[in-house]
Amino acid sequence: MSGCPDQAELLQAYFDGELDAANAQAFEAHLAACPGCSAALDDLRMLRERLADPALREPAPESLRRRIEATLAAEAPAARPRGHRAGVLPWGLSAGFGALAAALAAVAVLPSTGALETQLVADHVRSTLGTRLVDVETSDRHTVKPWFNGKVDFAPPVVDLAEAGFPLEGGRLDYLDGRRVAALVYRRNRHVINLFVWPQTGPPRLPALGRAHEGYAIVHWTQGGLQFWAVSDVDRGELQAFARLFAQRTGS
Amino acid sequence: MARILPFSTVRARPPEAPAGRAAPPPAAGRRDGPDAPLAKADAERFRGLVLPHLDAAYGFARYLTRDATLAEDIVQDAFLKAYRAFAGFRGGDPRAWLFAIVRSSFLSSLRNRPAWTSDEAAPDAASDEASPEAALIRQGEAQSVRGAIAALPEPFREALVLREFEDLSYRQIAEVSGAPLGTVMSRLARARQMLAVALREESRR
Repeated sequence: MSGCPDQAELLQAYFDGELDAANAQAFEAHLAACPGCSAALDDLRMLRERLADPALREPAPESLRRRIEATLAAEAPAARPRGHRAGVLPWGLSAGFGALAAALAAVAVLPSTGALETQLVADHVRSTLGTRLVDVETSDRHTVKPWFNGKVDFAPPVVDLAEAGFPLEGGRLDYLDGRRVAALVYRRNRHVINLFVWPQTGPPRLPALGRAHEGYAIVHWTQGGLQFWAVSDVDRGELQAFARLFAQRTGS
Repeated sequence: MARILPFSTVRARPPEAPAGRAAPPPAAGRRDGPDAPLAKADAERFRGLVLPHLDAAYGFARYLTRDATLAEDIVQDAFLKAYRAFAGFRGGDPRAWLFAIVRSSFLSSLRNRPAWTSDEAAPDAASDEASPEAALIRQGEAQSVRGAIAALPEPFREALVLREFEDLSYRQIAEVSGAPLGTVMSRLARARQMLAVALREESRR
C-alpha cells in the first residue's frame, strides 16, 4: 500500500463507500492518474476478499440461542401467576406455622419516629408510588404463600381477610432492617396496607413513642417467632382492627 | 392510589449501562419507567428486530473476547440488557444499538475480572501472539487470519470487525464505540495496515 499519503483518508473512505458522489468522482479521477493509489486500493480489496471467508464467521451456538430464548421468556410480561396454578400445593396456614404460633405478644399503635419506622413508612410509600406494589398479584393466599418459598428464609403466614373488608392484593419482597422481608399487601377500600414480616431476633422491640410518622399509622406485633409491622394511611383504629384480625386468623 | 401493573418475574434490577467510554447510544440506557416491564407489543418487536442479530452479536463478541465461553456469557448478558432497555430504543439500526450493548457488556466483564484488566492479558493473547506476525504460526488459512485479527489491539480489532464483518458505516462504528468519526477512520486504517502486514509476513513463511 503505497498510495499518496495525503490521499490515504480519501482512499479508505472511497473504498468503504463513504464518499458522496462528487468526492468519489474526484477521487476516481485521481486514481486514474496515480498508480500508487490504485495499487493501495487493490491491496484493500485483497484484504477484504480474505476477510470474506465464511470460515471466519462463526454463528452463535444453538445452546446460546436457547439460553437467550429462555431468558427472554422469563422476562415476558405475561408470566404472571393468577389464582391457582397447577402444581401449587394448597398450603394450609397451620403447616409449619400454626405449630409455632404463639400467643399474640403485643398489639401497639406506633406513632413513632424511630429509624425502623422511618424505613417502614418509606417502603410503604415507595410501594404505593411506584409500579411495584406487588410482585405476585393474587387474592389467593395459596399462591402468595408458596411464592415466598425460597425467596425468604422463613414462611410468612398468609390469610385473605376480604370478608372483613381487607382483601389480599398479593405479596412482594422488600428490604428492611438490613434483610429481605416479606411484604403482604392488603387493601382497605382505596387504601393500601403493607404488612412487613420477618423473623423476630433478639428481645421484642418495644414500640417507640412519638408522633404518627408522617401521618402513617404503624402497628407492630410479634407472633410465632416472627415480627409483623403493618403500615398504612388508613385510620389508626382500622389498622389495629386489621392487625387483630390477622393475628387471630393466623394464630390458630 | 397505586396502579397495579403486571409484575416482572425478575428481582434484580438490570445493571445500568456503564458510563463513560462504554456508554451505549443514548437510547440504550433509558427506560419508560424504573420497573416497567416490556409491553407485549414491544416484546414482539424485540423478537423481530433484535433477536435476528444474535449471530452477528456473537461474532462481534467472539472477536472482542477471543474466547468462546466468554463471548457466550457476554452475548447473553447483552440480550437481557437490550431487552430491558428496549422500551428506550428509538429506532435507528438495531444492530448498532445491540453492538453497543455487547461492547458495554464486554467492558464490564473486563472490569469484573481483575486478572484481565489489561487487554493484552486476555486469554488467547498469549505471549506468542503478542504481535500480529507471531499469531500466524497457526495453521490454516482461516485460522491464521483469525489469529491475526485476534492479535490486533482492541480498538483496532473492534473497528475492523464492525466494518468488514458487519458492514457498519463509519458513523455506526462511531456510535458503537463511542469514538469520534475521525478516530474511527484512523483506527480502521491502522487495523487494515497491521493486518495486511501480518498476512504478508505469513505468506512469506
